[in-house]
This record gives sequence, C-alpha cells and structure tokens, in this order.
Amino acid sequence: MSDTHSEADLATTKLAFVRDDFIEQQEAPTREGGIGQWIRVNLFASVPDTILTVVMILFLAWILPPLLNWAFFNAVWDGANREACLGEDRGACWAFVEAKFAQFMYGRYPLGERWRVDLTGILLIAGTIPMLIPRVPFKRLNAIFLLIVFPVVAYVLLVGGYFGLPVVVTDRWGGLLVTLVVAIVGIVVSLPLGVILALGRRSRLPFVKYASIVFIEFWRGVPLITILFMSSVMLPLFLPEGVSFDKLLRALVGVAFFASAYMAEVIRGGLQAIPKGQYEAADAMGLGFWQKMRLIILPQALTMVIPGIVNTFIGLFKDTSLVLIIGLFDLLGIVQLGFTDPNWSSPQTAVTGFAFAALVYFIFCFGMSKYSIYMENRLDTSHR
Amino acid sequence: MAVTTLDSDASQPARASLLYDPVIRGIVFQVLLALLILYLVVSGIANAAANLANAGIASGFGFLGERAGFDIGQTLIPYTSDSSYQRAFFVGLLNTIFVAAIGIACATVLGFIVGIARLSKNFLVRKVASVYVETLRNIPLLLQLLFWYKAVLSTLPAPRGSLELFNASVLLNNRGLIIPQWLPEAGAGIVYASIAIGIGAAIVIARWAKRRQMATGQAFPTIRMALGLVIGLPLVVLFLMGTPFTPQYPELKGFNFVGGSTLRPEFMALLLGLSLYTAAFIAEIVRAGILAVSKGQTEAAYSLGIRPNTTMRLVIIPQALRVIIPPLTSQYLNLTKNSSLAIAVGYPDLVSVFSGTVANQTGQAVEVISITMLVYLSLSLLTSAFMNWFNSRVALVER
Repeated sequence: MSDTHSEADLATTKLAFVRDDFIEQQEAPTREGGIGQWIRVNLFASVPDTILTVVMILFLAWILPPLLNWAFFNAVWDGANREACLGEDRGACWAFVEAKFAQFMYGRYPLGERWRVDLTGILLIAGTIPMLIPRVPFKRLNAIFLLIVFPVVAYVLLVGGYFGLPVVVTDRWGGLLVTLVVAIVGIVVSLPLGVILALGRRSRLPFVKYASIVFIEFWRGVPLITILFMSSVMLPLFLPEGVSFDKLLRALVGVAFFASAYMAEVIRGGLQAIPKGQYEAADAMGLGFWQKMRLIILPQALTMVIPGIVNTFIGLFKDTSLVLIIGLFDLLGIVQLGFTDPNWSSPQTAVTGFAFAALVYFIFCFGMSKYSIYMENRLDTSHR
Repeated sequence: MAVTTLDSDASQPARASLLYDPVIRGIVFQVLLALLILYLVVSGIANAAANLANAGIASGFGFLGERAGFDIGQTLIPYTSDSSYQRAFFVGLLNTIFVAAIGIACATVLGFIVGIARLSKNFLVRKVASVYVETLRNIPLLLQLLFWYKAVLSTLPAPRGSLELFNASVLLNNRGLIIPQWLPEAGAGIVYASIAIGIGAAIVIARWAKRRQMATGQAFPTIRMALGLVIGLPLVVLFLMGTPFTPQYPELKGFNFVGGSTLRPEFMALLLGLSLYTAAFIAEIVRAGILAVSKGQTEAAYSLGIRPNTTMRLVIIPQALRVIIPPLTSQYLNLTKNSSLAIAVGYPDLVSVFSGTVANQTGQAVEVISITMLVYLSLSLLTSAFMNWFNSRVALVER
C-alpha cells in the first residue's frame, strides 16, 4: 500500500514531459456516417439484432404485399353496384364507399338542406385553424367565437326553425355529422364544467367538495355504455310527464357529463401542480376567489395540462362511436347500415366499410395527438 | 394615540357587510347547493314514481327471483332458461370477469413486449412497434370489435371446411375456435397436488432466501428455483404418472362438433379487440416508465461494476415499476369497463345479459341499470383503493 503511494507521488513530481517528436501519421478513422454506417448501427449491431431484423423483414414481406394488393392494386375503384366487387381476386370495394359517401357524411339529412351542414363545417374549420396556430393573434375573440358564437350559429343552421330555415329533425341526422356534433358538444360542455368540478373538488367548503367528488367518481366509475343506457332509458322517467327530449339530446347529456368528469380530473392535476406561492401571492394582492382563479391560477394550470385535455378529447372522439348501441347512426352506425344494402352485398363490403371508417377516425385522432405533442414541445420550459 | 386606536380596532373588529364574510358566504352557498341537489333528487324520484305507476311497471327487486326464460350462449355456471334472473346476473358477471381476466393477461404480455420494442435500438423493430401503437390507439375500440367479429371471424369457412391447425387437433371455423379437451384419468389428482406443492414450496423458499440475504448478504437463485418448482415439478410428476389425461379431439358429427371445447367467435372477437387495443396503451405506459428512470441510474450501476442484466433487474425495473403500476392498474380497469362493449358483438357479459335482455323483459330499467352501475362502480372503487395502498407502499420516502 505504502509502496504504491510513494510510486504515485514520484510519478506526479517528475511530471515535466515535453514531446519533441511528431506523432506517427495514423490511418483515417472509419467513416462515422452515411447509409452503410446507419444500417450497421440500426439493423445489424449484433447477432441477436441481425436475427430480429431478418424476422421483421420476413414479417413485413408476409403482411405488406397482400395488404397493398387488397387496398390498391386489386381494389375496385368504381362500379355501379355489387357486381363490380364480386370475384375471387377482388380487393377492397372502394366503389361502395364512393356510392355511399354522401350518406356517410350527412346521414339522411334532406338533400336540399345539406348546404347548411357544409356551411357549419366551413365555419368550424374557419374558427379552428387560426385557434390552432400559435402565431395568429386575437386568440380571445377566436375562443369566444368557437365556444359561444359558433354553437349558437351551428344550432340555428343544423336544427333550423329560425330565419325561414325548415326544421330538420335529429332522426334524419347521421354519419360524420352526428359523430362531430356529439364530439364537439362534449368538448364545449366538458371544458367549463370540468373546470367548475375541479375547483369544487379542491374547495374548502366540505359540502361542495364532497358533492364534486361523488359526481366525478360516479361518472368515472361506470362504463359509458351504461351511462348511455341510463340516459336513453332512465332519463325520460325522471322528467315530469309530457316533457320529452330527443334521442340525440339524451345521448349528448350522457356524453357531456361523462367527459366532464374525466376533464375535471385532468384539470385538477394542473391545479395541484401550481406552486402554493402563486395562490398566496394572489391572496396578498387582495384578489377575490374568482379573480384569483381567472387571472392567476387557471391560465397557468390550463396551459400546463393541454396535452391531457387533448387526450381527453381524443378519448371522447373515439367514444362517440358508442352512440350506435342506443340506435343513433353516427359514422360507424351508418357504415354498418350500408352493409345491409342488398345492392352492395359482397364479401369485401364489410372490410372496406370498416377500413374507411377507421381511416376517418384515425385522421382525426392522430391529428389531435400530433398537435398535442407539438404543443407539449412548445410549452416545455424545462432546460435540456 | 395611534397605538390605542389600533387596540380598540382589534378588540372590536370593523363590521364588514355580511355579504363579504367568507364564513357566512360559504354556508349560504353550500345550503343553496344542497337545496338544489335535494330538489333534483326529490323531483326526480317523484316523477319516476308517477311515470312508472302510469306505465304500470312494478318497482322493487322482487323480479330477481322470477324465472328468466331466456338462454345464454356461454355460461360458466349451470344455467337454463328456467333459472332465475338472479342466476342470469351471476352468469353475466362471471362472463365479464372471465373475459376481463384473460384480456388483462394477454394485453399485459403483448403490451410489455411492444413497449420494450418501441425502445429497441433496432430500427425496424422500433418502427413496427410504433405503427402498431399509433394505429390501434387512434381507432375506436367498438370499430375494432365489429371489425374482428363481422369482417374477420364471420367470414371464416363453415364447419365442413374448417381451417385445421396442429394436425387437425385445433379447428377454426365460423363457429369459433375448437380446441381438444383433456379429460383427467385416475391419478390426475396427484398432478394437481404437485402444482399446489410447487407453488407453496416456491413461496417458502423465496421467503427464506430473502431473510437469509437480509441477514448474511448471500444471494440465492430464487427465480430459477421458483420456476423449477412451479413448472418443472408438475411436469416431472406428469411424466412419472404416465400422463393421466386423455385428449378428446373435436369431430364433426352431423351438424355439430362432438368433443373438444369451443371458444365462440363472440368471445374471440371481444378478447382480440380488448387485448390488442389495451396492449397499445400499456405499451406506451411501459415505454414512459422505462424512460422515466434517469440515465444516471444506469451509469451509476455500471460504475459500481454491476452487469447490464443485473442492472436492468435490480436498478431499472424496480424504479420503472413505480411509475408504471398506477397507470397500468387504471388500464386494467378500463379494459374491464370496455368489456361492456360485448353487447355490440353479442357476447353475454353483464351489460348485455342484464342491462340488455333482463331490462327489456322486465321493463324495470331503473333497478337493472342501477345494479349494473353499482357493480362497475364497486370494481373501480376497489381498484382505486388498491392503487392508493400500493402508492403509499412504494412511494419514495424522503426524510
């Protein structure tokens, strides 16, 4: 032990070393880039890795060609009826989707009135796109338009009965229209209701607190399908005689409460993440409860949980498909209804219909999730 | 002067308006809320009673003892159409638990594989796993269930042209998946007993090994030993006894299959849909859990000279599990709640049997749906109670 010590001491004392010759020229390092290098690192780094890669290539070779053949090369793109899609080697029957496209979008909405749906859709897009792009100004006005003005206008346009627009009963609504109506009503109602419930759950007033907890835990604890059953079967029982409301509205009530409970939990997460100092600072400034929430706490809490809110929206959008079980014809419901049309009954009809519906849902949900990731990165203030 | 003024103020606080007294405001607000809720409940009950009386529907739970009069496709306990509604309730409940339990097991295995695959260094493996997760997560479960049921399983060939797997011992057709049944013979009891003994011995040895390691620091290959006891021992006994089970292969006689047990297409569609969908969510949870363990932990373990496998087992996984388990439990709960979509494919689960058929037959929707909701609610409250217990057990204790 002591020997090594003295040796080490010696080594440090006669440290003075100056190199007086050149280092021999060395070979250029192997290339650390390019396609070859990338393939070596990412696909064939080791023996197990190579085996995995081979297995994956075999798997893709097994699954991809039939899939592509089905969806594109052997697919039937146009045709007047089922005849076109019959046959052993036929792929997807896109002609079916083409023929039923208008029905998939509007349901049985009267042909002459479909411009009203289109106009509502255009207003929605016009209101949403500037809201989503962070650089566009007037966010507050935009939000007021989307959350207050648009629902009123959309109601007048879609239901009718004012300004000489004929009334279209909701029994005739269907397809993507119903899916979007259920999803958007759910979103517009659940956000403010969720905020109120989340504040209620954190309230110091015991009755308010426990009422909120019971409400939230009840809706979160039961499956949506039983809620829809409840709203379609039980709700009419609890209303005074003579008061009845339509099937779509009953489903909307169920979906909105269900979404609010989930939203409340997401927002509560944000409220809890705000440091106590923020609350105390607001109190010290002499702000009242609502001022404190509106000006200090909620803006921070809501921005913090944007990803969670978007995730709730995605879940809600997917859950709208459940309304078909209580007999509403949303996108999935109307696609399924199309299968029963004898004109289009072929072995490929069902698969094609489901593929189309899946694609529509996928575009909406994937779009929302990508946007939430973008916002997450934008709002990420941590140091990396 | 100033001091005395302050004193008199303190002894006799300035009389603020009652409107601004937080205590009084709080009480008034709560009383108003209570009155509102009370009004809604009372008027709801009164309306319901009046409406039910008008429609001539009986109320109360007397109907539970009556004869059900309908058949159920899959029953785990003896049930005929002469059984009571109560029996039908338990059949539905058991079917729900059955599909949920198997679904949870499948989804967990698949989810962990996909989740780890998403972190793989291999480009292809990583991409295939991401495509799986992104696709299945963004398509509604109901659509997936209907797809499996209507577009895949119902287009399978009829019983005559069944797809034959494993030397025709397993048959796949539009009646479902038919697998051979293993009938126990004399001596099967000893095999069952050996399984119980294996599990018991494994638990005892694991405890002893842990106590010894705590006391002396000596490690013991617990996992290998336990696997040997739980799997190896019954296998050895099985062969020693000369396999006291006879396989009964399915055979098509007339229009029906004789022998073998059938997994009906409704069940398979529901199981496939639930497991594949939930696995995508579990994969994301697993990935996030592993990523949540900071790289410093791995580096610290390596610098202590711990081998990569041991690092994974003793350092990374225990910390990742702390992050993974709470959301994992809520996924299990979601799977159980989502199994109520069985009604769309006709699998006789609790909602489909009870809230569907029984509610239609008796007309007592209020009672039936309340019971159904209560079952799910207690399941979810039990789960969250477990989660709170688990969280308090594994939470980091800081000072």
